[in-house]
Amino acid sequence: MSKSLLKSRFLPLVVLAVIVAIVPLVAPSGFYLRVAALVWTFSLAAMGLTILMGYAGQVSLGHAGFLGIGAYSVALGPEYLGLHSLVSVALGAVLAGLIAWIVGRPILKLKGYYLAIATLGFGMIVSLVITGESDITGGPDGMKVARATLFGLKLSGASTWYWVTAGVMLIGAAIALNIGASPTGRALRALHDSEVAASATGIDVASKKLNAFVLAAIYGAVAGGLIGLMNGLVTPDIAGFMNSIELVAMVIIGGLGSVFGAVVGAAFLVVLPQALTALHDYEQMVLGLLIMVFMIFLPAGIVPALRKIWTERAA
Amino acid sequence: MSEFLQLLISGLTVGAVYALVALGFTLIYNASDVINFAQGDFVMIGGMGTVFLMAAGLSLPIAALIAVLGAVIVGLLLHRLAIEPARGASPVTLIMITIGASIFIRGAAQIVFDKQFHTLPAFSGADPINIAGAAILPQSLWVLAGAIILFVALYLFLTRTLTGKALIATAANRLAARLVGINVRVMLGLAFGLSAAMGALAGILVAPITLTRYDIGLIFALKGFAAAMVGGMGSPQGALVGGLLIGILEAFGAGYISSAYKDAVAFLAILLVLFVMPRGLFGSKSVERV
Repeated sequence: MSKSLLKSRFLPLVVLAVIVAIVPLVAPSGFYLRVAALVWTFSLAAMGLTILMGYAGQVSLGHAGFLGIGAYSVALGPEYLGLHSLVSVALGAVLAGLIAWIVGRPILKLKGYYLAIATLGFGMIVSLVITGESDITGGPDGMKVARATLFGLKLSGASTWYWVTAGVMLIGAAIALNIGASPTGRALRALHDSEVAASATGIDVASKKLNAFVLAAIYGAVAGGLIGLMNGLVTPDIAGFMNSIELVAMVIIGGLGSVFGAVVGAAFLVVLPQALTALHDYEQMVLGLLIMVFMIFLPAGIVPALRKIWTERAA
Repeated sequence: MSEFLQLLISGLTVGAVYALVALGFTLIYNASDVINFAQGDFVMIGGMGTVFLMAAGLSLPIAALIAVLGAVIVGLLLHRLAIEPARGASPVTLIMITIGASIFIRGAAQIVFDKQFHTLPAFSGADPINIAGAAILPQSLWVLAGAIILFVALYLFLTRTLTGKALIATAANRLAARLVGINVRVMLGLAFGLSAAMGALAGILVAPITLTRYDIGLIFALKGFAAAMVGGMGSPQGALVGGLLIGILEAFGAGYISSAYKDAVAFLAILLVLFVMPRGLFGSKSVERV
């Protein structure tokens, strides 16, 4: 591999595209493609959080709320408004972005613990509204999602969804990598390190943070919409606290600020429960333990740690 | 009027439990600057531990005592094995560590206990007492009295004993405390142990009323958290007032508006407080704002 490609910001994209192409060749059955499709979708949501948490340094403990907005958009849109599923995905993304723009202004003034708690409160309220409006949303039982069609063809089957989710994920990764290298990305990283210094160099800190929050919300809503369409069923769990925690864990375990890390983290936390089905009773314990161990011993995450080992060896 | 009184009493009862959980948050937050998301799981350990020890044939006081000790051990382990090794970590990392701990404790409780709902027998009978047309469970009085006693005991401990004063000194300034010869590490452990004991006692008091299960910790943590926020993070009086306020608002919200949105009250209160007066009712520490 040439050195320029190794240093290129699009290296993660190339690696991801290669992985996307290889998985179907080695997957023994449709089940594995389904799990992979879930990995791609959660990767997308985690990438949104990477922009917010990794680039801008702002935490959100309620991000599953935006997944919920996206997921219920694809359920409610076709059911009540007769909208096309894909239009519903777009509408859900716009709605999530709009809500993020409105609640983001006051919330993002807070820092550290206070920001974490405010976003947690927001996420809980979204999930409570979804559960509470049971006449419309079906309450805790959830509701069915109409099958999506594309050019008259029904989107169904593991391999179809594999390619759809992989495609959307790669687009999301390209956008996130571009943002990371753009002046906006540099501004976000600057305010991550020091908000005071960033604002002193003329960066509009408040509006940059808000942009990151809105973008993260849109990523989340699209991911939520894809999950709803893929499963054919949505339940309030998608907007729940545990889902928010898992998203944050994906971003941190994979590697804060790394787009490729978001995918690694998502793969880790999506595949792990599948691997642990035999130990079903111990699943929660293992998840809790892993989160603790990673936070204590590898707070930078897997990908940055590997990168460090790699560069030290090369040097 | 009787409905109002009824709601007020049930609000005060759960509010007293939220206040105890909030007080636990406050103790740990003051001493170590950590917001402990596993605080609610001490409530669960208290309730579930007592239920299972009683089922094993122990009497209520003995079972309760062992359950509280169990919670204290878990609290000390949490500090020693998870918080201390991560010294100097960012708030987000610390939050995720305690959330991880909470998930771990819940997972372990699922195996040690089971996944069913359980209840404790009321401490002194289940016949409601009639006051001005409102039926009050004797257990409500136990909860309220228990909360008051714990508050007073903690207050006396912190202000009248040398150890308590050392704990306050540690909370105020860790470096200065170390310089005057206070063993900061022991004090931090003490804060975790005390919080765990308080949470567990709250869990035992309320178990006859609200039922208990391996996963009730999360909701108690979040409510206690809202209480601490409303009262002013880090203020013990704030924890008391905030807890009672959240409990009452919740009861009235459920009674007069919609029971489906009972839980939303706490989160709306958090958001409102953060936007309008981020220091809470009794907060002294300033919130960093840009």
